[in-house]
Amino acid sequence: MEVDAIIRIEHLSKTFAPLGKNDKEQCVLNDINLDIAKGEFHVFLGWSGCGKSTLLNIIAGFEKKSSGQIIVNGESIKGPGRERGVVFQNADAAIFPWSTVWKNVEYGLRIRRMPKPQRDEIVKRCIDLVGLNSHENKYPDELSGGMKQRVQIARSIANDSEILIMDEPFGALDAQTRRLMQNEVINIWEKTGKTILFVTHDINEAVYLGRKISIISRAPKATIIETIEVEAAYPRKLDNPRLAGIIRKIQGFFDSEYNI
Amino acid sequence: MPNVKKDIFHLLTKKGIVTLGLLLLIWQTAAMFNSPDFLPNPLQTLKGGWEIIRNGVLFNYVFISFMRIFVGWSIGIMLAIPVGLLIGQFVIVREIFEPFINFFRFVPAIGFLTLFLMWFGVEEESKIAIIVYATVFPVIINTIAGVAGISVIKLQVAQSQGASPFQIFCTVTVPASVPYIFTGVRLGLSGAIVSIVAAEMLAAQSGIGYLIYTSRLYFRTDWIFIGILTLGLSGYFSDRLLRFFGRTLLRRYGVK
Repeated sequence: MEVDAIIRIEHLSKTFAPLGKNDKEQCVLNDINLDIAKGEFHVFLGWSGCGKSTLLNIIAGFEKKSSGQIIVNGESIKGPGRERGVVFQNADAAIFPWSTVWKNVEYGLRIRRMPKPQRDEIVKRCIDLVGLNSHENKYPDELSGGMKQRVQIARSIANDSEILIMDEPFGALDAQTRRLMQNEVINIWEKTGKTILFVTHDINEAVYLGRKISIISRAPKATIIETIEVEAAYPRKLDNPRLAGIIRKIQGFFDSEYNI
Repeated sequence: MPNVKKDIFHLLTKKGIVTLGLLLLIWQTAAMFNSPDFLPNPLQTLKGGWEIIRNGVLFNYVFISFMRIFVGWSIGIMLAIPVGLLIGQFVIVREIFEPFINFFRFVPAIGFLTLFLMWFGVEEESKIAIIVYATVFPVIINTIAGVAGISVIKLQVAQSQGASPFQIFCTVTVPASVPYIFTGVRLGLSGAIVSIVAAEMLAAQSGIGYLIYTSRLYFRTDWIFIGILTLGLSGYFSDRLLRFFGRTLLRRYGVK
């Protein structure tokens, strides 16, 4: 266990109550233990339906755990919190269509009644950080998918979230935009030193981004099979022999897990 | 050339001109076999209409009816939106009020006419009360649907941004419900028009409903037709106007 863990997950399990009479209760997550260090870029990698989104929802505070603990900054979490900013996969649902880019990014600051000069300064800086300058006054329906995700990222950073929770944020983007956004996230991570939890089902994306990759086994009773450390400078080239080796190794885990 | 012909015909059907022509043709044909007291032809109706346009009666009645509608409808909206939001938001409020709503929404406004005449008098108040009643239910029911239909993700966004339940209500629930509320407001307007006509037929000395009902006594069937025409047209155009305002002022909230 690391000492400077910003997030500590201890014996976390999640079971869903049975739906009908003949239904058994479903154990989705089984005894997950993990420490995530401050400033880490941590990827959760698992196949669709393995429970990785449930894990993220529990960490975000949207779903209740069945047992175990999640400790953030030394305190057990009791629900959603500002220190854990969330970037949702479905950007169309996650940014307010009735507000401009500026107002969307400003949302958390307004909620806290931060004085306007201070607010303006922060919003301006965060919009610049994600490269949305000159789009401040646009409404969401005038933005591309990638730009919408930039709005979400800027919103969490403006609100001073220490942790960014990203649930397959680029799943709906085309390949080129996705690569662009991946580089953007790395760039933002290096500039801000935020702790990033990033969920994906894409092995290449995991290895391209993550400094640590937790591989999640198949549901039910999903758990972390192994956490791999990837020490390579950014931007990474996936055909680099070492990274290609890691990809093969992860593929091997999945092959044996799913008996392909 | 045949394509041009087809295009022109399609333009005429699309703009409703063919419909209008057909209607007039059927009307004229039917009128030829009947006396003007029973069924006046379009031209006779137009002449009769010109009479009450010239002496100002028609516009006066339209104005009176629409003032009643506007006042009652506005009050109804202002009562219904907060109630709908509260019912949608709080389970306890819903459990208390939903049975009431599901009972009274099947009782038409006009069913309360005699009671309202007794309670609010024969003057304007009773008619306005009818309009309020007719407006309230569609607005409440649609507002509840709006609150229920908010995407969970929007609420989660606000939560993880640190918003309190009250802040979430004001900054997410209300704006996200706007398109539904607007639908309720439109339905409320049509309900209001239907109800005011019935109320004016039974208990008023002015208004479009009164015109339609009393013209019968003077054997002015043409005025009845004018009344019906006025009703249809003014209803149609007020809804168009309302939608125009919705589209321009509330477009950002998703009103189409």
